[in-house]
Amino acid sequence: MEELSDLIAKNSLFVGLPDSTIELAVGCAQNVAFEPGARILVEGEPADTLYLLRRGRVALQVQRPSGKPLVIETIGPNSVLGWSWLVPPYRWQFDGVAIDPVGAVAIDGTCLRAKADADPVFGYALLQRISGVLLSRLQSTRVRLLDLYGHSLDD
Amino acid sequence: MTEAALTKPGPFVPSRYRVVDRKTETFDITTLWLEPVDQPIDAFEAGQFNMLTVFGVGEIAISISSAPGAPGAIEHTVRDVGTVSHALSQSAVGDIVGVRGPFGTDWGLASLDAVDVVVVAGGIGLAPLRGAMRYLAENKSPERTVALRVGARLPDQIVFPDEIARWGEMGIDVAVTVDVADAGWTGHVGVVTQILAELPFDGEGAVALVCGPEIMMRFSARSLIDLGVAPENIRVSLERNMQCGIAMCGHCQLGPYLLCRDGPVVPYAPLAAELITESER
Repeated sequence: MEELSDLIAKNSLFVGLPDSTIELAVGCAQNVAFEPGARILVEGEPADTLYLLRRGRVALQVQRPSGKPLVIETIGPNSVLGWSWLVPPYRWQFDGVAIDPVGAVAIDGTCLRAKADADPVFGYALLQRISGVLLSRLQSTRVRLLDLYGHSLDD
Repeated sequence: MTEAALTKPGPFVPSRYRVVDRKTETFDITTLWLEPVDQPIDAFEAGQFNMLTVFGVGEIAISISSAPGAPGAIEHTVRDVGTVSHALSQSAVGDIVGVRGPFGTDWGLASLDAVDVVVVAGGIGLAPLRGAMRYLAENKSPERTVALRVGARLPDQIVFPDEIARWGEMGIDVAVTVDVADAGWTGHVGVVTQILAELPFDGEGAVALVCGPEIMMRFSARSLIDLGVAPENIRVSLERNMQCGIAMCGHCQLGPYLLCRDGPVVPYAPLAAELITESER
């Protein structure tokens, strides 16, 4: 069985960071698993965890007043799930539902913030990585807004 | 002069083809199966296009969506976006259309026997890639892994979904994503560049075949380069206003290219990366 430190070090958020940084995250981390259909994030509930997905997919979705929920985005293996633990009011903005059997490393957000506050070098490295992922997600969202395959751009 | 030369029509004379079958792929995309009435056009390669005529309406460039050398009718997949494409889309079995071609460059399948290949298609962009995909799926090479990445706006706008599934069963690493899911969609939701990240091979040394709207091709090319694919190993299919098909009229000029002859398939680097942002004249 792989050590938590190895699992964290392989995730895109932490890859390439020094062992000392990984070890700080290990102190806040545990392995978790979810069955298909499990609500990993619940809209409006306290956001306290950063998930590093190892296997399986998670649908970020919103519940509609009627009908099935609307899936906004799918998050897959080696990706990162959950940002709302980072900034107030620390509440999930969307539901996160396991599509497949999901394996992840769950890192306690409060613990991670406390270590980042206490060690600015660690905090800066963490925020740089998180900003990179957030930027990538923002750009993907912007690209989707372009309606790349649609009809309005060409016709 | 031989009799064959005397009877061969000039480059601007279409051969008559009969619509022998048709299939509605999506609400605005239709595939037509065409068989020759007159002398058939020459053999084609995957990625090339024909000029299709609806008599009394006009002529447009349409990529060939069947595989080269395959028996039976030639397939063209048409999106209903203008006068001629609308008339083509409305063609009934038994109708006669004109065909000139084949024209332009191809995907270069002969160069792909010993390299990993990622095929990236957006929307109807899978149609010009379909012949290449059929070839890659049916002609396995122990030295080659093939990945197909498909993006569409909505689940019901994915073209050839049954064939995509079959390619997956034939060993192609397939991933499909949509921008907007509906209630029945259980697949990936997100932009096509996101599903490029999980390739089953290293980008270095791989060849990418990319076709779709040009903005999508730009973003896909950037993501492929980030994954290590050499820019000169990315082949994109560009289209401008193809008219003559034989590099005479100049309507399809894009920088130094006359795309009806030098394209539609061109390497992303060095020229296409800059030219791809130029608007159509």
